Amino acid sequence: MRLPPLPRADAIVDPRVGDAGPALLALEDGTVFPGIAFGSPVAAGGDLVVNTSQTGYQEIATDPSYAGQVVVMTYPLIGNYGRLEDDDQSERPWLRGLVVAHATAAVLDDARQLATLLRGNGIPAIAGVDTRALARHLRTTGCQRGIITAPGVTDPAIAIAMARDVPRWEDQDFVAQVSPAAPREVGDGDAPLVAIVDFGLKANIVRSLRRRGVRVRVLPHTATAEEVLAGDVAGVVLSPGPGDPARLAGPVALARAIIEDGRPLLGICLGHQVVGRAAGAETSRLRFGHHGANHPVQDLDTGYVQVTAQNHEVQVVGESLPASSGFRVSQLNLNDRSVEGLRHVEKPIETVQYHPEGAPGPLDALAVFDRFADACRRNA
Amino acid sequence: MTDAFVAAALPVPPVHAHRPKPASVLILGSGPVVIGQAAEFDYAGTQACRALRAEGVRTILVNSNPATIMTDPSVADAVYLEPLTVPAIEAVIAREKPEGLLAGLGGQTALNLAMELSKAGVLERHNVRLLGTPLEAIRMAEDREAFRDLLDRIGQPYAPSSIVEGADDEARHASARVALETIGLPAIIRPAFTLGGTGGGIVETEEAYWERVRAGLRSSPIKQVMIERCLVGWQEIEYEVMRDAEDTCIAVCSMENVDPLGVHTGDSIVVAPVQTLTDAVHQRLRSASLAIIRALGVEGGCNVQFALSPDSTEYAVIEVNPRVSRSSALASKATGYPIARVAAQIAAGRTLADIPNVVTGTTVAAFEPALDYVVVKLPRFPFDKFPGADRRLGSQMKATGEVMAIDRTFGAALNKALRGLEQAGAGPMGEDPSWAPTFAYLAAVYAGIDAEEGGAGFDGLPAEDAPIRWTDAGGQACESSRFAQRSAAPIVLKRFLEPSDSRLWRVLGLLRRGVPQEVVRRATGISAWFLAEMGRNVALESDVRAMGPRLVDPEDADGAALLATVKRAAFSDRDLASLAGMQEAAVRGARQALGIVPGFAMVDTCAAEFAAETPYFYSTYASSGSPAEAPPVARPAALVIGSGPVRIGQGIEFDYCAVQAADVLRRNGWSAVMVNSNPETVSTDFDASTRLYFEPLDTESVRSIIEFESAGFRNPDGTIAMLPAVVAFGGQTPLNLAAPLVAAGVPLLGSDLEAIDQAEERTRFSALLDRLGIPQPEGGMAESIEEALTLAERIGYPVIVRPSFVIGGLAIDFAYSPDDLVRHLAAAAVVDPDRPVRIDRFLEGIEVDIDAVSDGRDVLIPGLLEHVERAGVHSGDSIGVFPPQHVAEGDQSLIVSTMQRVCLALGAKGLVNAQFIVRDDGVYLIEVNPRASRTVPFMSKVTGVPMVELAVRISLGETLASMGWEDGLRPVPPFVSVKSPAFSTAKLKGVDPSVGPFMQSTGEVIGIAVDPRVAMAKALTGASLIPPRAGDGVAPLVLLSVADRDKWGVPDLGRALVRAGYRLAATGGTRATLEAAGITGIAHVAKLGAEPVGDEVGILELIASGEVRLVVNTPTPRSGAVRDAADIRHATIAEGILCFTSIETGIAASEALDPSIFDEIAVVRSITDWVPGVAAAS
Repeated sequence: MRLPPLPRADAIVDPRVGDAGPALLALEDGTVFPGIAFGSPVAAGGDLVVNTSQTGYQEIATDPSYAGQVVVMTYPLIGNYGRLEDDDQSERPWLRGLVVAHATAAVLDDARQLATLLRGNGIPAIAGVDTRALARHLRTTGCQRGIITAPGVTDPAIAIAMARDVPRWEDQDFVAQVSPAAPREVGDGDAPLVAIVDFGLKANIVRSLRRRGVRVRVLPHTATAEEVLAGDVAGVVLSPGPGDPARLAGPVALARAIIEDGRPLLGICLGHQVVGRAAGAETSRLRFGHHGANHPVQDLDTGYVQVTAQNHEVQVVGESLPASSGFRVSQLNLNDRSVEGLRHVEKPIETVQYHPEGAPGPLDALAVFDRFADACRRNA
Repeated sequence: MTDAFVAAALPVPPVHAHRPKPASVLILGSGPVVIGQAAEFDYAGTQACRALRAEGVRTILVNSNPATIMTDPSVADAVYLEPLTVPAIEAVIAREKPEGLLAGLGGQTALNLAMELSKAGVLERHNVRLLGTPLEAIRMAEDREAFRDLLDRIGQPYAPSSIVEGADDEARHASARVALETIGLPAIIRPAFTLGGTGGGIVETEEAYWERVRAGLRSSPIKQVMIERCLVGWQEIEYEVMRDAEDTCIAVCSMENVDPLGVHTGDSIVVAPVQTLTDAVHQRLRSASLAIIRALGVEGGCNVQFALSPDSTEYAVIEVNPRVSRSSALASKATGYPIARVAAQIAAGRTLADIPNVVTGTTVAAFEPALDYVVVKLPRFPFDKFPGADRRLGSQMKATGEVMAIDRTFGAALNKALRGLEQAGAGPMGEDPSWAPTFAYLAAVYAGIDAEEGGAGFDGLPAEDAPIRWTDAGGQACESSRFAQRSAAPIVLKRFLEPSDSRLWRVLGLLRRGVPQEVVRRATGISAWFLAEMGRNVALESDVRAMGPRLVDPEDADGAALLATVKRAAFSDRDLASLAGMQEAAVRGARQALGIVPGFAMVDTCAAEFAAETPYFYSTYASSGSPAEAPPVARPAALVIGSGPVRIGQGIEFDYCAVQAADVLRRNGWSAVMVNSNPETVSTDFDASTRLYFEPLDTESVRSIIEFESAGFRNPDGTIAMLPAVVAFGGQTPLNLAAPLVAAGVPLLGSDLEAIDQAEERTRFSALLDRLGIPQPEGGMAESIEEALTLAERIGYPVIVRPSFVIGGLAIDFAYSPDDLVRHLAAAAVVDPDRPVRIDRFLEGIEVDIDAVSDGRDVLIPGLLEHVERAGVHSGDSIGVFPPQHVAEGDQSLIVSTMQRVCLALGAKGLVNAQFIVRDDGVYLIEVNPRASRTVPFMSKVTGVPMVELAVRISLGETLASMGWEDGLRPVPPFVSVKSPAFSTAKLKGVDPSVGPFMQSTGEVIGIAVDPRVAMAKALTGASLIPPRAGDGVAPLVLLSVADRDKWGVPDLGRALVRAGYRLAATGGTRATLEAAGITGIAHVAKLGAEPVGDEVGILELIASGEVRLVVNTPTPRSGAVRDAADIRHATIAEGILCFTSIETGIAASEALDPSIFDEIAVVRSITDWVPGVAAAS
């Protein structure tokens, strides 16, 4: 049986979004999906990650943790509602490319279409891919590099070669790309001050902390222990961010110093992995990553189960956590029993692999910030 | 550990009393199917029973509905087919001594019953623990004031509202006055504790306000009504949430109603997941839902409804249902997450974290499904049966069922749902011809204007006084440039688009004619995004029309691309053919040659994140060409075709048969593939078959499934071994597919097409009966009204009229005179040589329903069912009694032997149903259907004959003899079973409740007892067809007004009522008949329209007086559309008084009121006590 003819471009890219012509999504294993380009008319590649969230494409696009990755959305209609600037998680989109089944349009002006955001930042996107089939494929093969070709480039052989040329995710230093160059402070007065080491911070983390009555000092990933643990700092947050923690010797050393210091510490996602490594645990890459808004996590101290937002490739290997580290595994993912949190047995230190700030995703675990803010207040 | 850090912090789960797993649980069903409470509770209850049994809990089920799977003796450890009343339930509790009671799976009926049981002290007396939804939660969710207090406590907003209540009418009136002043109009009236919004609605005028408040107070069991500010035009968003005893909460599914606030969600077009909400707004509503289920303390499932302002800045909590519901059934089928099953497991003491996700097989129930598709649900309305009804929609639900469709875009899912409605003219392009002038007028005014600018749109009009042209109702071309003519347009538009069962098609029609989406949005409040997607579908139609024959030209790239595009949008081959002006086969051939065939994708709860074991699939052209997700099922295998949306005449009894058929196939080593489009049913449960396809039941969809499932299977001669289809168990829907499937080379399992055709095609059937010498009513075909009159004259009135093409009337009706016949045919039908009308003699007599299982050699007959009502009342609306009480032995034998001859002559292999009329002058055969009938579940349960099992095994090659069953009628059991219809007429304004030739009932109940009167009383109680009893010195009034032809029954009726302690009031002739029979003390009532004379009371005044408890009003026979004295019945319904329109029903009910049998009604026995072999048999 021959492959069926492609549908008209306007069936998969809403005419109000506007398509840029045929393009390919090619995987390093030689799999090719034809589609219609609708983002920036350039080629770009990276590791493919599959996100199963049904809403929140704007937050995903602007989440620095996706730096260097091509995000595949399983929800088939992306673009239904308009972007609101307040919901952006950082200054710009960081993902390297976007793969969707249908690029739909919000019934609004162009400025608020998702495609406009991508085009303004040189990010390509492709629609018309059976993203479910792609997700199933990646589930079997594990992580792969892929490339979205520029519009008009439809030779599979060229595309596959390009996919194989994409630099490997674990060989790249993404944190340096997304972390700010200079520190900034948010809030004033005599509220307790929280230092956030920005490995790829999301706006909703700052917002969640501010709502709990603390001031925030955001520091670059290169900040020294002295800077982080300045005298006025009541507690430290190691933020989420992109890339492999195994490359982050500096931040791991920083985490060791903070643990040693004993001030309240909250590690989120990459921050959690960094603390894990500082505690002597190993980290390893998940086969497929966790990217979605529906992961059940159980707190081992209380038995409490919450639905969490997740976005990570790497896990802390629970068995490798030294008993002498003072840490123990505090939370588990009920889907695959992977580590979702660490707690120090004596010090006010807690880490979570998931995103308590949601954005996108459930806000069920905001109590993580309550606990941390309370600890900072006691320490202030 | 630093205590301070951890302890402050972690959310501490509430401390629970030790909750041991109950050893035994009583589950309450929801009784008969009525509007607002349909098959979803059969699905929920069946899942719950199975889940609890798997937990090792002994399950005891009470439900009065015999048509359900849940009341199959194999589903629970003990099944009681008893009325859902406090005395009956207490008797079951006393007998079975359950530890727990589960009421959250039987709808509002079961929740209300649980409240009553608690209030009556029954639960305490027998030490029964209420599981799942706590009583306090039921109270808080339903008692409007308590609910608002709860929302205040947790800081959740709600629409401003005011409670109307009070100790007496006067206090309630004063309270209603205050409410009107504070809330203002328009307002929503919401009576407390009613089903499907009974008695509620939106009111815009003061007059309507008072009428609705009165009606609402009457229908509310606690005499409380809430008046709520009408948030007109806000979006309606729903969440299905679950909570366990450890306080883990999840949101299973979000749903967005396409119809804005004001239309009951059961009547709304619903989409899952939410489409137009940002993550921030979605999360805010999701978090609010979880806060509410926590505050209520529900353990199990809960539905929360919100109103969201069009700019998403504000929301209000509208309603909470602290139980599984129609929405939770939809959410379960939309996501694959089995809400009822998990709710039952939670009730048995498990937690979400330790319940496995049965769909993936690897994860747990404590997660939220991720969808990678769009789900659209459309309601199915009963107005094809009630052309005279008020078809506007409001807060009172009117739909009887629903259809769900899955695809990758909203437009495609909408088209699939439209195809799945199985309603004449309801396809994606359906338009009522009577709308044409309005379309023309509105298009003339609005098409092409820019609604955003120039002040045009719903409020404005084109700026210039340019002429507009349209065609009026008389087909005349009109032109106007007068401002007045055009300034009426906004009013016409609003009226045309007010919420009704046909609004979707009206909207599509306007978009098709170029009326701007913005104009439609302002007139309807439907979100711009949905209208834009509908607009895309409509644009594709015109593209296809323009493409014409190029659509199927293999050399034309544009044609091929368009074909691929429109198939992705789920247009059917048939619709495409009609748009492009060609035969359906040409479209089909072209797309197959191009490889445009659907892919089948899995509903796996996790958007492909995990490998899933689920067997649940939908078709989509968006995965055309993608690798298949699963190979075809293992052979031998068969496709069981379900019955589609629940509608009057085709309800859950057919789902029972389809589910059983799949089960029997599997137990015999076959793979059972199920296809159905109804989200409420057991058949679409993921474990009811080997594999489930959720698809419209049209030929194209079913063929695609069969082709996919047949790939790689070859017959010995090398041809493709097509998956055989089972068409006999889903009612008329699959039977209609039989011929096209056979033509496509699909083998049928069971009776062959020849048998079906011979029984279905009336002329052939008639000839067959003639050949066999079986008496049948005289009749024939007429090709004009004149011929019809001649024919009717020859065979004699009354006659049954069956036009083959109906316009606005009913397919079948009676005519008692030439006038009647002309009126019916001229007004409601087309009669010409292509569309002849069938005229048959209407025979009055005792109607007998009979079901048989035939293997082609032997014919097993479980029993005969006698109808209480004289022939002429649709068999679905008749009370049935088994075994017959008034049919002579000889006549019964004659029926049995005739049935056997017909079955063998048809060569039927499987189930056959027939109707006979027994008269003094002989026994006539009226109708034969070689398929499962409405009565199969009932007869199977009361006789212990597993009819579906036998039929399926016969189709697999066994014989009755080889299975140990004998030819002929089964021995008559030593008890009586009564089947009573249940009606939803009170919910459908404008419908005359009188029973007649077209079916009106929506559900059925059963009563079993040794004494036929007790069985009758039980059945009528279950169907809410029994008036409040006399007693304690109260002698309620019964109003009798009986037509002359029914006067024969008046003495029996009167005596029975007097014996039961009622006072009588009667109109002249009826009173005279009663007095002649020696019954005295009858209040005098003036006839309708007559001035009261002497001590007479006007009939409508009497009905409105509040004294009357029952009205028996039999209409003078005329054709259905125009019946006399409908005002009496409308008034009766409006007052909430029971009304019988058949004298036989009146007599049977009155005899069942006999005080001497009262105590026996509360004596209960399980179905296996009555029929010992029944469980083993199935």
